[in-house]
Amino acid sequence: MDIDLMLKVYPFFLEAAWVTIQLSVLTAILGLICGTAGAAARLSRFALVRFIGAAYVSVFRGTPALIQLFILYFGGPQIGIQLDAFEAGVIGLGINAGAYMTETIRGAIISIDNGQREAARTLGLSQWQAVYRIILPQAARLMVRPLGVNLNMLIKATALVAAISVIELTYTAQRYIGSTYKPFEMFLLAGVLYMVIIYVVGRGVAWLDRKVQIN
Amino acid sequence: MGLDFTIIPKYLDIILLGCAWTIGITIAAAILSFFGGILFAVIALYAPWIIRQPFRLIEWMFMGTPLLLQLFLIYFGLVQIGIDLPAFVAGVIGLGLHFAVYNSELIQTAILSVDKGQMEAARTVGLSRSQALRKVVIPQAVRAVIPPIGNNMIALLKDSALVSVIGVSELTLSAQRVIGKTYRPFEFYILAAAFYYVINLCMEWVQRKIERRISISR
Repeated sequence: MDIDLMLKVYPFFLEAAWVTIQLSVLTAILGLICGTAGAAARLSRFALVRFIGAAYVSVFRGTPALIQLFILYFGGPQIGIQLDAFEAGVIGLGINAGAYMTETIRGAIISIDNGQREAARTLGLSQWQAVYRIILPQAARLMVRPLGVNLNMLIKATALVAAISVIELTYTAQRYIGSTYKPFEMFLLAGVLYMVIIYVVGRGVAWLDRKVQIN
Repeated sequence: MGLDFTIIPKYLDIILLGCAWTIGITIAAAILSFFGGILFAVIALYAPWIIRQPFRLIEWMFMGTPLLLQLFLIYFGLVQIGIDLPAFVAGVIGLGLHFAVYNSELIQTAILSVDKGQMEAARTVGLSRSQALRKVVIPQAVRAVIPPIGNNMIALLKDSALVSVIGVSELTLSAQRVIGKTYRPFEFYILAAAFYYVINLCMEWVQRKIERRISISR
């Protein structure tokens, strides 16, 4: 174990970890937006909209995220979409994560008893009010934990943008493995940072989950 | 530069060969991850403390870090300690170990949920502890856990795209090679995605069949 080397390069890994955190946060926000839209589409009254929602989930969960990133980043310019690597990473991973979150959010919503909606409608609330005031607040409680799992996966998936040369943790580890020939040390540095990020996020999700429970 | 999908047939053979490699690496890694998962589960549950604790730490590291990083570790790490494996083998080991850890989590839960009476009955009729595990407990646990393991195997197919980064000529890298010649990334990555999607649908179909069979024979 080459401790001296690790001490020398660790500031670069910290910088890279910051990029990974930024990527994760932006991807999570975009993923939530896409996931909410996807869930709304899958629960729509209109068959066509439901089909679009289902196709979104099936296609984006049924193909590798890496290929989706490549289509966006390398293929995008051919259809007039010019993005730098970081932007492509956030958008590609965000849309991908959204497909997984769609199912999480939809699952939470459909597990709320239909009687809740019926009761709300009987009391004179509009359809929109029933969803917004009665169903969603209850569903939100059920979503926290499974969305936490999505978030954990998403943080690890940000490593993929190393393949389009975004200088984040995995890319940095790869570069230093190449220049120092010390794979174990570099793995340890990057791995510990990933685990710290995932641990902190996991605790945050657990805290939020406790907070939103009624009892 | 516009789109031109008519160029695809000319390079279809390279892509199809890549497809075959993707299927091969997925099957090989799936088998490794299945038996590795059983082994890991038994170690995590029954090995002596001195083995179990460091093992859990390694398992925890595998679950807390990205697969891509692990692939770099295995590929370059093995070279460093003097084992120069072909990229394909390194890829199978990396994917297989990664998913073995996830399978192990499932199998551990399943082993613990097999009724204690099964073990006791097996011991009573004269089986040793390891025989009872091998012949009575684990077969029942594995059966219960086949559907969620199927989900892991579908995830494995998609993650097999990552081994292109360490130079295994599977579907993704084949597409990259063709793109290097044709400068048509959009067309060929879409084609690769379509092939992954079809393989994925086939796996989901097989998974449903197996699930139905298990639920009938119970």
